[in-house]
Amino acid sequence: MTAFFFYIFATITVASAVMVVASRNPVQSVLFLILAFVNAAGLFVLLHAEFLAMILVVVYVGAVAVLFLFVVMMLDVDFAELRQGFQQYLPVGGLIGLIFLVEILLVVSTWAVSPEALRVPIAANPPAEAVTNTEAIGRVLYTRYSYFFQAAGLILLVAMIGAIVLTLRERVGVRRQDIARQVARTPEEAVQLHKVPSRQGLGEVTR
Amino acid sequence: MTIGLGHFLTVAAILFTIGVLGIFINRKNVIVILMSVELILLAVNINLVAFSSHLNDVVGQVFALFVLTVAAAEAAIGLAILVTFYRNRGSIAVEDINMMRG
Repeated sequence: MTAFFFYIFATITVASAVMVVASRNPVQSVLFLILAFVNAAGLFVLLHAEFLAMILVVVYVGAVAVLFLFVVMMLDVDFAELRQGFQQYLPVGGLIGLIFLVEILLVVSTWAVSPEALRVPIAANPPAEAVTNTEAIGRVLYTRYSYFFQAAGLILLVAMIGAIVLTLRERVGVRRQDIARQVARTPEEAVQLHKVPSRQGLGEVTR
Repeated sequence: MTIGLGHFLTVAAILFTIGVLGIFINRKNVIVILMSVELILLAVNINLVAFSSHLNDVVGQVFALFVLTVAAAEAAIGLAILVTFYRNRGSIAVEDINMMRG
């Protein structure tokens, strides 16, 4: 049963990754990216990493992919023009990719894990019946790696501030409420008194 | 047939290669390049989690979490730069990004 689900998830992940790269329309690319992430989350569940699987769905599908979708739809770009050269780069890129893949697969097929590494885990994964995966991660993350955790928070803070600073712009010609100016107004500058001559109206007097 | 470490490493290797290939063949489109980078980081995460499961060690998953954090920050900053660049130049073609050339 595990093998069945592994092959389903793996096939869909790889196929949608190919579509991300090869798709003609960037909106379709983003949607295939979402499909790839959801199926990778399935692979994580098969590996008993349930917390990371949920984080992948929430953070990637819910935030990053939607951000990509926003940007793709917001920018009015002629994507057909950007695709020129696709066929030109395909042979060389495909050749390099193939060589790279063969090399990695040669490494993967001949790996061996050192017996010492198997004997001493840094933080042993407790049995699933005793502790949930989330709690097991939390026990390590908040104790041994608490400084790394703080650094991750700092990185996110800097990224947030950076993104805001980069995209914030002061628009000119937009009416805004300026409370200090409103409070500082005096009757002298706000009210004009005019003596209106009788039977002539306001005609030329106003300005 | 049981699914072992090698199967997951193979999937991650294929995913990584597709990501690198995407950077090669979509040289003009920054958005697809950013998506390819996300695919590469996903492959790295699959590797980390597969080894974490195989060695029965939670640390791999903790590091996958950190990789996820950095990837999210990178995507946010990259897209913000892209939006600013589009606002200034009206295009996101990679060839136009040479203003900082010395």
